[in-house]
Amino acid sequence: MRARLFAAAAAVAFLGVSAEAQAQIKLGAILSISGPGAAMGVGYKGAFDFFPKEIGGVPVEYIVRDDATDANVGFTAAQRMISEDHIDAFIGPSLTATDAAVAPLANQAHVPMLAMAPYEYDPAKQPYTFSDAQPLSLMMAAVFKYMQAHGVKQIGYIGFSDGWGDQVLAATKQWSQTDGMTILADERYARTDTSAEAQVLKLMSVHPEAIVMGTSATPAALPVVALRHRGFKGGLYGNHGIVSPAFIKVGGAAAEGVIAVTSPVVVYDQLPDSNVVKPVAAAFMADYTKQFGPQSINPFAGYSYDAMLLLKNAIPIALKAGKPGTEEFRVALRDALEKTHELVGVSGVYDMSPTNHNGQDARAAVLVEVKDGAWRAIQ
Amino acid sequence: MDLFVFLALLQDGITTGAIYLLLAIGLLIVFSVTRVIFVPQGDLLAFGTLTVASLQSGHLPGTLWLLDGVAAVALVVSLCRGGRAAVMGVLAWGVFPLVLTLAAVLLAPYQVPAISILLALAIVTPMGPLIWRFAFRPVAGASVLALLILAMALHFVLIGAGLVFFGPEEASAPALTEASFDLGTLNVSDQSLAVLLCCAALVSGLRWFFGATIHGKALRATASDRIGARLVGIDAAATGALAFGLASFIAALAGVLIGAVTPLSYDAGFDIGLKGFVAAIMGGLVSYPMAAAGAVLVGVLESLVSFWASAYREVIVFTLLIPVLVWLSLRSGSPEDRA
Repeated sequence: MRARLFAAAAAVAFLGVSAEAQAQIKLGAILSISGPGAAMGVGYKGAFDFFPKEIGGVPVEYIVRDDATDANVGFTAAQRMISEDHIDAFIGPSLTATDAAVAPLANQAHVPMLAMAPYEYDPAKQPYTFSDAQPLSLMMAAVFKYMQAHGVKQIGYIGFSDGWGDQVLAATKQWSQTDGMTILADERYARTDTSAEAQVLKLMSVHPEAIVMGTSATPAALPVVALRHRGFKGGLYGNHGIVSPAFIKVGGAAAEGVIAVTSPVVVYDQLPDSNVVKPVAAAFMADYTKQFGPQSINPFAGYSYDAMLLLKNAIPIALKAGKPGTEEFRVALRDALEKTHELVGVSGVYDMSPTNHNGQDARAAVLVEVKDGAWRAIQ
Repeated sequence: MDLFVFLALLQDGITTGAIYLLLAIGLLIVFSVTRVIFVPQGDLLAFGTLTVASLQSGHLPGTLWLLDGVAAVALVVSLCRGGRAAVMGVLAWGVFPLVLTLAAVLLAPYQVPAISILLALAIVTPMGPLIWRFAFRPVAGASVLALLILAMALHFVLIGAGLVFFGPEEASAPALTEASFDLGTLNVSDQSLAVLLCCAALVSGLRWFFGATIHGKALRATASDRIGARLVGIDAAATGALAFGLASFIAALAGVLIGAVTPLSYDAGFDIGLKGFVAAIMGGLVSYPMAAAGAVLVGVLESLVSFWASAYREVIVFTLLIPVLVWLSLRSGSPEDRA
């Protein structure tokens, strides 16, 4: 009898705890700190050092977990964050695959999430999902606008033989149609390949005026080196995945003249003073580079920082509707995020609506070119 | 496709095939002597590239500390054993790593390509015998399947170590030569010629080693009849270490060569190793000339298929291998029967 009473008391106490509002706001971040995505994860995590300890007068606790670049691990971490930590919102996940895995969970539990990787979804079906990273089509639009202005009509495509290669090809098809260009060839190679000679020979045999590359990181240098070695004189256009010092290091002289697109924060010091993003990005990067060194500039820290800015903007509004830790608070937080209007981040300007849970526009894409061994913003 | 394109593809394919050939030789040596399918060989290849790259950038590679650490354990073990093994152990696992570490510390800052390459070969080569000593020798009598599973596990261990030592970024080895010359309309880079020359030199060197030296004959004897070799007094442990040493040297050399043509990341070795394995399988895991033909076939096939239908390259290359494998297995039974 006593045991049963005790059990009942414990159950009541447990229910009481889980329903009780928290004295602090809990934000859960799932980042790829280890595994193959670690190089990016380091950037995402670095920004957390500069997050405020208090928003709207309420203390904030940041819970950071590693998904080891594995969506399954990320899914488990998200479950724990929802059921044990009772978080109010997700910052991230930072990996597209983990975003896809966590989104159904977050929407079911009514926890807003700010995906920090390009992640395509329907806001009508997943009202709690937001994303602060530029969609691929937005980035490629900037590249194609530049190509069109320079009279490019016939393009060749070379990309990875994986999902990224397919996604960039889809954006390439979309914008080449709009801008009246023809795709003469679609060539693929694998990230781990040791040679892209054959693909390059095929591309050059159809004589394109320019080549669009659906590649990323250092394996992107392989066709660039081969194309220049074979004497290709046309323009080489990449997406934001190739904009890193490592690409230039591996590509060497062949990388000169490659044009790509990137997040404003990466070239914050080269933006014109009229750019609204510049002061915000410069302030953040001043702190960031002071701590991590001048070589540490990367777009990923910017996505973390923008997620924080978006939440910092929405939390004071949501606090009026309910206490942190309650469903009322999370629902109000979602509504406030959706009403974000002209919020200037370091990766662009956010103007959200019920049909657009990303809210970025052309101001989130800056064209860059490799000049004298460094990425330079094209004015 | 005109003749020029065909020749360029052929050149590319043969260069890649030469690398596959090197790996196939390493796999064959290890398998015939110890029945181990040496999966981590590809990872040692990546170690070779990345070790040169980090030496060339003036850093001491993490592989050096790995070698020192494992060699120190081996030193303690052989000292505990005492006798003649202790003397050999001190030489191999005490004096050698010490000299190598000193040489690396003193010479790395100069960043001379030739020295970096020699240091990298000296750092990666002892890893084969150490892998044999600690992973395979204690279970040398296990089934081929158990040894394969162990080899797979080691592959993951080495990949993890590679990520810790070198990070996720790719790096390239210094080119032996930047020059190129024109052969008719075909532009041949000296680096791809260097790959072929090194490959030819290695093959003839091994031919001499197996035919003329006592150690080479011991390896051949063990390969043809393991029990018979032990009966006539050939030390199974020593031949195993030698086989693994040859394989890791070949892998490191392949890494240095291919690393100059294309940058590699810590996990890129497995795919290259897999193609080498396919070539070795074409030789039935016993025949060197057949494996050589297989390696060149895979390389050229890859190059041609990349030109026609690059998106389906791996599918087509591996699909074309199925009939070859079926034919081989119908003709000669499974390799385990002969092992």
